[in-house]
This record gives sequence, C-alpha cells and structure tokens, in this order.
Amino acid sequence: MTEKGAAEPLIRVSALSEGTVIDHLVAGTALKVLDILGIEFEGAVTIGMNLESRKMGQKDIIKIEHREVSPNEVAKIAVVSPRASFSIIRDFKVVEKFSPTPPKLIEGLIWCKNPSCISREDRVKSKFVVVRMDPLQIRCHYCERSQRKEEIELL
Amino acid sequence: MTAPAPDTDSFAGRDLISMRDYKRDELLAFLDEATFYEGYQEPLLKGKVLASLFFEPSTRTQLSFASAMQRLGGSTLGFSDAKLSSMAKGESLSDTIRVVESYCDIILIRHPREGAARLASESTSLPVINAGDGTNQHPSQTLLDLYTVRQTRGRLDNLKIAFIGDLKYSRTVHSLIETLTHFDNEIFLVSPQSLRTPPEFIEELDARGTVYTEDEDFFSIASDVDIIYTTRIQQERFPDPIEYEKVKNAYRIDREAIERVGADVTLMHPLPRLNEISTDLDDYPGAAYFDQAKNGVTVRKAILSLLLGASR
Repeated sequence: MTEKGAAEPLIRVSALSEGTVIDHLVAGTALKVLDILGIEFEGAVTIGMNLESRKMGQKDIIKIEHREVSPNEVAKIAVVSPRASFSIIRDFKVVEKFSPTPPKLIEGLIWCKNPSCISREDRVKSKFVVVRMDPLQIRCHYCERSQRKEEIELL
Repeated sequence: MTAPAPDTDSFAGRDLISMRDYKRDELLAFLDEATFYEGYQEPLLKGKVLASLFFEPSTRTQLSFASAMQRLGGSTLGFSDAKLSSMAKGESLSDTIRVVESYCDIILIRHPREGAARLASESTSLPVINAGDGTNQHPSQTLLDLYTVRQTRGRLDNLKIAFIGDLKYSRTVHSLIETLTHFDNEIFLVSPQSLRTPPEFIEELDARGTVYTEDEDFFSIASDVDIIYTTRIQQERFPDPIEYEKVKNAYRIDREAIERVGADVTLMHPLPRLNEISTDLDDYPGAAYFDQAKNGVTVRKAILSLLLGASR
C-alpha cells in the first residue's frame, strides 16, 4: 500500500468525519494509550505501530472515530508519550491541534511503586514531581522515591 | 560567592520535612542560629506546646526534642507508641493531625511509612517537623550531623568524607550524602555489595558533579580522609547469618583501622552502635559520636525556635 513516488510509505485509512487523531506516540505505546482511553468505543479505531517517522525514527499513531479526549486522558498519555500530538476532527476538518504541556506535577495518575509509601494508603491522592521529561523520570512527592518511565504504573 | 544569610524570620511557620526543601544558604542559617543555642536556657518558648507523635519508637530523637523544648521553657505532649494513638482504632493520619493541631503550636512526627510527615504537613497549618519517615528522611539528624562536621573540622567544604556500612537502607546516610552535594567535598562510599548506595543517590552525585568512589574494602579509602561516618549493619538485612558475621567484622573501626587511614580523623555515628566502633576509641580525640548526640539538643533548640518564629 505504498504510493508510487512518495518519499515515505503512506498508509491509507479512511478520513475521519469526527474524532481524534493521536500522532507522534513513542513507538510501542499505542496499546497502552488505548488502555488509558478504555475500549468501549462505538466508532472505528485505527492503530498504526512502528511506522517510519522522520522526526522520531519510529512512531505509533491512533485514529479514533466519534471520540474526543479529556484533559485527564491527555495528561495520562503525556506520561507514556511526552511528545504526542492531538488533532480533534469535526466534520472532516481539524478544529483543534495541540501537544500536551509537560506537567511539573502529575496528580492522581500514577501508582507509587514503593509499598511503604503513605500515598498507597486510602484517601491519599498520589503526586509526582517531574524530574526530567525525556526520558521521563518522576519523584514521589510523599516518599521521594524516583521512578523511571519503564517502572511507571498508571492508576 | 556566598549568598546573604536569610532573615531568621523567614523560617517562621515553615515545615522541616525534607532536606530537599532547603537551599544551601538556608542550611547554613540553621547552623549559624544553632551556635547561639549552646547552653542557652532562656524561656524563649514559654507557653508553646510541642506535640510529639511517635508512631514508631525512638529514644534519642524524641528525648532530645523534648529536652530542647523544656530547656527553652516550652512543654511537650504526645505518645511514643502507635498502639496508644487513635490510629490503632483505624483513624487516618490526616484526621489525627487535624485533631492534634488544636492542642499544640508545632508538631513532631515519626512514622514507619515514607511520606507520612509530608502528608501530615498538608493536613495542618502548623509547622511540622519530620522526625523520620520510614527509610526516607530525618532532617534534624542531618542538620546536627552537618553542625558536628563544621564544629569538628571548621568547614563544610574541601573535606574527604567516608561513609561506611549499610549505605542501602540508612536514611541518615542518604540524607547527609544528598545534603553534602550542596558543598564541595570528596565522598567515599564503602559497603558490602548487597548494601550499596541506591542508584538514585549515585545519580544525584553524578548530576551535581560530586567526586565519589564506591568500594567494598574499607582500606581502599584515602589515607588522609577527614571524616569517617559509620552506620549499623542490621542482621535482619542478611538471610544468611554467616554472611552477616563476615560483613560485620569487615567494617569494624578500631585503633588499628584509625592508624591506617590517618590519625587526624573525625569519627561519626548516628548511634545506637553495636560493634561498628570499638569502645576503646571512645576517648580518642576524633571520636565525635557522643558530641553528635549532645549537638542534637542544641540544633533542635534552633529548629524549634526558628519554625515557631521565636526571637532570641
């Protein structure tokens, strides 16, 4: 399915009438992103994984029909894929395009891996300070333990 | 260039939860203030009440805070066993703190879970002092350690400091190593392989450009080391008791060890000690571990006064 003469292979997918395109996902994170969004979609979902990208080498992309993303979902996706870009489509047109602002503090999204951390007790909302964005490194606001991207477990 | 010392009033109402919350000039301000409290016994904190909430036992920290409070004319209430608190009935820590805040002016907390003191500070507008949260921080110990370093060596820069023993679980060591990155020193980290300094602290040393060496052998440390800071190696960290016996003796400091690394060395230990430092070194001029305990009261007087905004 390569277009003749094109510089990069193109994947043909039908244009979205309404929904969200999440592009520039770190290669291999698309399924995690779908997990964040939940799987109860009514519309079509197109997933591209390990696609060639000039900017990123390889990337994943997701197109979701009839579904827009909430700020909370954007924040969670930014944790697994800090350079993701979001395009909101209405009536076949991109009405909004944005990239998540790297947060300084991530609240209520990540489970602290330290079993003895007070934030694992009931009624405490987890908080993480972003030490470094790329590759992501965070530090628990409570127990001060660092976590790397590969150790992060979303709530 | 040294920044101007912060106004002591700027500490009023603040918490002392983690050394990360304080900058270099603020740490120095704590130490400078503490020098005024050597032997000071005026009723500066008359009418003030310290709530001392110990969800885990401690002798030194609890007693030295109580002593500091009483020497300055204040009083202390609290408990030293979680079984005696309402948490034994299932009350949350936040609720306990909200109730206690109406009984006191400042709260001191030790808790087995990391982050408990931070959570406590978010549950009250009163100043909160962390007296140890699990394996995380114990900032008043770090301040008294710094105070002792400066008192014995006359400076906090250009020192060769060796940490010996359990460098994996000792919060005292973690906190002091991290704080020393504010100053220009050379660090030696000597421990058995299984009790090495956690990678996140090593990364911090790298990020700050601190010169350090890691080794298993005590005698690898430089012969002109200025300070040896030892910690207790706990038997429960070793599944095999034979391994423990080997390690325990490999890191024991005695006269022979001192002579090999240099006679003019300061010996520090947060106490309690088992056999890490031979008792025949107790009269050695560089033995500073009992001074650390004594400095605990002096430094804690300064902490209480600064956070309560009491002027000398």
